[in-house]
Amino acid sequence: MEKLESETLMLNVGPHHPSTHGVLRVIVELDGERVVDLKPDLGFLHRGVEKLAEYKTYHQFIPVTDRLDYMAASYNNFAYCLAVEKLLGLEVPLRAQYIRVIIGELSRIFSHLFWLGTHAHDLGAMTPIFYALREREEIMNLFEMCCGGRLTQTYFRIGGVAADIPEGFVEKVKAFTNHFPQRVDEYEALLTENPIWMERAVGVGVLSKEDAIALGASGPMARGSGLALDVRKDNPYSSYDHFDFEVPVFEGGDVYSRYLVRMEEMRQSTKIIDQAIDNLPPGPYLAEAPRYVPPPKERTLGEIEALIHHFILYQEGLKPPVGEVYACVESPRGEMGYYIISDGSPRPYRLKIRPPAFVNLESLATMTRGRLLADLIAILSSVDIVLAEIDR
Amino acid sequence: MGEEHIAVRKVQEALPDAIQSIGTFRDETWIVVARDRLLDVCKFLKEDPELAFDFLSFVCGVDYYPSQPRFEVVYQLYSTKHHHRFRVKTKVPEDDPKVPSVVTIWPTADWHERETYDLFGIEFQGHPDLRRILLPADWVGHPLRKDYPLRGPERSS
Repeated sequence: MEKLESETLMLNVGPHHPSTHGVLRVIVELDGERVVDLKPDLGFLHRGVEKLAEYKTYHQFIPVTDRLDYMAASYNNFAYCLAVEKLLGLEVPLRAQYIRVIIGELSRIFSHLFWLGTHAHDLGAMTPIFYALREREEIMNLFEMCCGGRLTQTYFRIGGVAADIPEGFVEKVKAFTNHFPQRVDEYEALLTENPIWMERAVGVGVLSKEDAIALGASGPMARGSGLALDVRKDNPYSSYDHFDFEVPVFEGGDVYSRYLVRMEEMRQSTKIIDQAIDNLPPGPYLAEAPRYVPPPKERTLGEIEALIHHFILYQEGLKPPVGEVYACVESPRGEMGYYIISDGSPRPYRLKIRPPAFVNLESLATMTRGRLLADLIAILSSVDIVLAEIDR
Repeated sequence: MGEEHIAVRKVQEALPDAIQSIGTFRDETWIVVARDRLLDVCKFLKEDPELAFDFLSFVCGVDYYPSQPRFEVVYQLYSTKHHHRFRVKTKVPEDDPKVPSVVTIWPTADWHERETYDLFGIEFQGHPDLRRILLPADWVGHPLRKDYPLRGPERSS
């Protein structure tokens, strides 16, 4: 007679599964309901963005960066433009820096709101997503007013932004920041001390501080593990050192801590937006640098010099010096960076993107081993992944 | 240029024969190290208390086809203690595209090295699980190589 032995079960989660937030496949090895090990399988959305970059001019690549992370599209523009500007040695006017901060922080709230809604939904709380989407809609209206686009804004340009903020925008943003902190309180009233919520989140998916560093975790993942990492504070860019804000850090390292970090970050972002709006300096919104930045359309109609620059920049593209730079920003998901190698031609010789969600997802196995299968869903959604960015 | 950077100075002192060249551009400094000294340099950069490069931002490949040595592998480092950044590179010849893996030093290198293997065909020796990560397992070729076409048949052989 054959001997009866217990063996582990291999289970496929995804690639099409509501809780994978895109097309991600996780191969889970189960012992009963316990996760023994898991292997994420990536690449279902791979579009070869880094290869594509080598065939586009620096200007043409901006809209592609939007499509990497549609939850915080402007923050991709932000990182990319900063990297190119660093390569060129281009100084961005102060007004443009402030506008970028406003749009960037709105993107952060925008991204965190959608994360909150879907995360709560994954954990069985149906209500918060309707509230979160209500406020997200308000931000989309602000984006539409300022940038034209609602999801992929493509508002940033090399040297500044595409256009000055429209009339009435300041008042609309103020109206939003006025009531938004109370809305965050409302979400917290629904969740933070809710016993069912805490049962699903506290102590689940723990990532120690040491593991967080070793596995390269950044953003709310790192700050939820007691690691005070924030590029905005540590290596300020775009005038972030002008603003007074705190970086929330929680020590738990679990799903709950990551939730608390993001909730507080929304309040802090509101604070930054308020300061930037109140102190918005006058001046140009785009740098004056004829070799790199196209002149305004009106000037090309009257001045031969501006017309020549216009033609060269759009037909050939800007020609940066030979060199290589790495510039990174604190995107809603963590350290998002662009590493660009230029050979002096109008197209990047090599462009490497450091996607925060890709690196953060690497910790998934460490956080999930030994937990229940149901916890996998909670842990995965607490990482806040965007597959378009992971697969590139 | 670049010698004044603290990391360059310290590596020069501790491992004088490891550095092949030093580069700087826009306040960023990097060193190119010999392939067989890469692990020593990385270990030193991580463990020296004044440098403490404990955080690996990314690993990536670069293809300089048709120059030789053809490839370069780049390691972008960061210190969570001192908040400074540094870059280490190593040259890899086309006929022997192998580099020692740094997974034992920075575990996060796991996926980055898989990605570099996937897109450039550079092998990382000592990597625990070197498989393709973004492309299907049966894909032919390595798309980020300069001689790989941007468009063309799905699978060029």
